[in-house]
Amino acid sequence: MAISVETARQVKELERYKYGFVTDIEADTAPKGLSEEIVRFISAKKGEPQWLLNWRLKAYEQWLSMPEPDWAQLSFPPIDYQDAYYYSAPKQASDGPKTIGDVDPKLLETYEKLGIPLHEQEILAGVQERSNIAVDAVFDSVSVATTFKHKLEEAGVIFCSISEAVQRCPDLVRRYLGSVVPVGDNKHACLNSAVFTDGSFVYIPKGVRCPMELSTYFRINAANTGQFERTLIVADEGSHVSYLEGCTAPMRDENQLHAAVVELVALDEAEIKYSTVQNWYPGDADGVGGIYNFVTKRGACRGCNSKISWTQVETGSAITWKYPSCILQGEGSVGEFHSIAITNNHQQADTGTKMIHLGPNTKSRIISKGISAGRSSQSYRGLVKISPKAHGARNHTQCDSLLVGDSCAAHTVPYIESRNAEAQVEHEATTSRISEDQLFYCRQRGIPEEQAVALVVNGFCRDVLQQLPMEFAVEAQKLVGISLEGSVG
Amino acid sequence: MLEIENLQVAVEGKEILKGLSLKLPAGEVHAIMGPNGSGKSTLSYVLAGRDGYEVTQGRVLFKGEDLLEMEPEKRAAAGVFLAFQYPVEIPGVANTTFLKEAANAVRMARGEEPHDALRFVKLLRAKTKELGMSDEMLKRPVNSGFSGGEKKRNEMLQMAMLEPSLAILDETDSGLDIDALKTVSDAVNAMRAENRTFLVITHYQRLLNHIVPDQIHVLAGGRIVRSGGQELAAELEARGYADILSAAA
Ligand SMILES: Nc1ncnc2c1ncn2[C@@H]1O[C@H](COP(=O)(O)OP(=O)(O)O)[C@@H](O)[C@H]1O
Ligand SMILES: [Mg+2]
Repeated sequence: MAISVETARQVKELERYKYGFVTDIEADTAPKGLSEEIVRFISAKKGEPQWLLNWRLKAYEQWLSMPEPDWAQLSFPPIDYQDAYYYSAPKQASDGPKTIGDVDPKLLETYEKLGIPLHEQEILAGVQERSNIAVDAVFDSVSVATTFKHKLEEAGVIFCSISEAVQRCPDLVRRYLGSVVPVGDNKHACLNSAVFTDGSFVYIPKGVRCPMELSTYFRINAANTGQFERTLIVADEGSHVSYLEGCTAPMRDENQLHAAVVELVALDEAEIKYSTVQNWYPGDADGVGGIYNFVTKRGACRGCNSKISWTQVETGSAITWKYPSCILQGEGSVGEFHSIAITNNHQQADTGTKMIHLGPNTKSRIISKGISAGRSSQSYRGLVKISPKAHGARNHTQCDSLLVGDSCAAHTVPYIESRNAEAQVEHEATTSRISEDQLFYCRQRGIPEEQAVALVVNGFCRDVLQQLPMEFAVEAQKLVGISLEGSVG
Repeated sequence: MLEIENLQVAVEGKEILKGLSLKLPAGEVHAIMGPNGSGKSTLSYVLAGRDGYEVTQGRVLFKGEDLLEMEPEKRAAAGVFLAFQYPVEIPGVANTTFLKEAANAVRMARGEEPHDALRFVKLLRAKTKELGMSDEMLKRPVNSGFSGGEKKRNEMLQMAMLEPSLAILDETDSGLDIDALKTVSDAVNAMRAENRTFLVITHYQRLLNHIVPDQIHVLAGGRIVRSGGQELAAELEARGYADILSAAA
């Protein structure tokens, strides 16, 4: 009896989290635990130059004495950093894939299951003249393939794994790495600096409009493995790039740590649009397992009239701790944050943004849509800071929370620090419960209750969904529905 | 099509319907008239399956099946449609999206293939035009910022797309100007069919000049107090509810 109940539960879970499969590949794994040796091991594996090893070691030392951030409204037991693996790479015949043909077919199969047929994309692109999406896929700790390399190279765009960038364009990496998120920014970012294993690097040269969407898919596969990607995007003067990041992980009973760092740099008149669809495994309906998603994302609008916009759809992870931010240095620069965060069952999310206005006439816009269901808890935490020199700075914040059911919680914590009397800062916030009238209206028209919830919630999120690149908006809409399954009835 | 027997319904412990019986044969149009607060909307909500309406007595058979046992979406799939007295706004959901989800959900529940996307749009455009609505209204969020008249037309559009076998129209005529009233009536008349039944709830007799019912019932005090033909509407118009009610009491 107990066994069949348990099996039924697992089958149900499997159906619900369709990305929860494990790929059976031999992995090349470092010994468990964290130490200076491990940091050296990772750096040696990647054949890194001395400066980078030193950088990592400095970060490691700093990390040892740093306290955990404790201000977020999250609760979880202390993390045992020694109980995880910090490096796991699928075993390859050679050192790494040179072309997509060298990639382990099982890996490609995994990506296909995730809806990213790497093969197909290249083939299609060869046959048909159409703009496509270049994908860098990160599997556990290493980048396994970057599609469309050559087409991008023609445009002068560099899009590769960060390990490759260290070899190919060390000067660029050295100049910008850690320049937006300093090593000692916070404990999670510091750990990432010490042990980051891979991630993507993008450089868009002056005046270039990147000819296609760039995309990275992260996947944690190996058990007990932390994933620490490092992404660095530099948009040179007058350039433009749109970048999308997607994430999944298999279902496991233990919690897995994901501590990524993303740094964006936009020079004069440059624009970076960064979109995330985060669907890490959230744990089961009882709150067992799931990813701890502790991410530091920050963009620097260094040049005048530059623009950085973050769009995120956060539906996964057991715990999310994430505040994609913009530092608006350049005169007239613009920062945007569009967010949908959905928590269900026992998920916890503390997410928001920081808009730091340093330059004159800088503008920022924040739209946050938080949906809490089940027994989940969610906080929006936002900071808008206007420095004395930011004459004419403007911010508009719209922060809406929607509650599904009556066992969930939503909190809104906006901080505003204005040190310039001329600045205009507006904040609007609403909290509402999903409307019985709306649900009944949908059901009267034949739409089943769960689908009705998904429809109403998608409507609630529309302003943000519209910001996503077309190809991903559809996927994100479906995800909204999937992540709310079981939240009513 | 629909048989209501001795239906008693309470809302928040207060008895609203007190033994209502009604028989609606297939292919007929019946009208229910009654003063404000007599329980007309309560009846329509109970038939559609809204939460919070407690059936304390009686039963309702729809095509021979126990309607009150079914979830609201099952009733819709079985062919029950309610045109709301106060249509609900759903911000951010385009009218077309909503109609498509509804139509396909109903088709799937009936074991039919979902609409072909192209054919659906064509059909939708044609019906939209018939109802004097603009294509632009299809792109707008469901009922959001619609005028009263637009909302009512939109209800009729949904009815046309869902092709119900029992359509309950709860004061669809209120708030309509004479032209809109005519358009809406034409739409209903065009849908009259042997296998389709209408229950038209109205406060005013004027609608019944356009949609001529087979029978008229007067609802008062939670019961049907009079039933009759077109002459009953004329009598109500001439003498008002008060007179008829005191005569019936
Ligand atoms: N949700 C409700 N809660 C409390 N009373 C209600 C509710 N809905 C209707 N009523 C009461 O039931 C009675 C009938 O209302 P209704 O069915 O809306 O009448 P009608 O549609 O004929 O105007 C009224 O007295 C009204 O106040
Ligand atoms: Mg009414």
